Amino acid sequence: MAATETAGWLGANLSFWAITILVLVSAAFTVYARSIIQAAYSLFFTLLGMAGFYVLLGSGFLAIAQVIIYIGGILVLIMFGVLLTDRPIAAQTSSLKWTYAAASLGTGLLLVNVFIRIILSADWQPASALGEPREAIAELGHVLLGSQLLSLELAGLTLLLCLIGAAYLVRRREQ
Amino acid sequence: MKDFLQLMGSTTATPVGLEAYLIVAAALFVLGLTACIARRNAIGILIGIELMLNAAVLNFMAFWRFQGSPLDGPAALAGPVMGIFIIVLAACEAAVALAVLLNLYFNFGTVEVDMVHEMKE
Repeated sequence: MAATETAGWLGANLSFWAITILVLVSAAFTVYARSIIQAAYSLFFTLLGMAGFYVLLGSGFLAIAQVIIYIGGILVLIMFGVLLTDRPIAAQTSSLKWTYAAASLGTGLLLVNVFIRIILSADWQPASALGEPREAIAELGHVLLGSQLLSLELAGLTLLLCLIGAAYLVRRREQ
Repeated sequence: MKDFLQLMGSTTATPVGLEAYLIVAAALFVLGLTACIARRNAIGILIGIELMLNAAVLNFMAFWRFQGSPLDGPAALAGPVMGIFIIVLAACEAAVALAVLLNLYFNFGTVEVDMVHEMKE
């Protein structure tokens, strides 16, 4: 009994480290890639890795929503934006300014150092016994349409207004 | 050191700790902030904002998973619910931001933010 319990977390922990490496490497490439389309492609792997984190944390539904909305929606929208606004390859300069990149790298290292120190020095008191994360899609539906109904409707209304506003902004103008 | 290894889940007896998720989220947030500072292209800045929003969702999910109270309380599904709302608002934000960027491109012929000094046509 004890042996199965101790071996039980090996797969989850190895997946955590694999996903961490995938997410951080592809996010770093997203930040420092020379052209913006390479950054958008690299963002795909970051978003996929985040979906993996949500599975590990016990919400398969959020992982599916992440893949459908972020990768299927937002990332495609970003790629459309890149393709519609990019200039021809010949006229293209690097999208990264190297003085800014160096300054942001320094600032970023300093800031992440501060964050890690804060996180490690805080006295978190997580639950002592963690069971298997449980799947609760049916309960999630009850919560969304029960106690969170107003928030859900407001989110839907916001989405509608944003789409109408976006369509209004890019409408064809009469000259 | 042993505590640190246990925290990071390199012993198989315990799952990866809360701190490990928080550190990954902090690194992701800082990378997004870095993208906002370093990029000249406005779409690169938008990508940085998406990275920061993802880091926020990861924080919510980690605190939800490691919360001390049992999962039947009022905060039973707070993590996924917050995650869904953040993803929906990120979709709104991306749609409006790209509409604004397309307008910028039509008016100025570029989306590089240091070449665009004024908002009016």
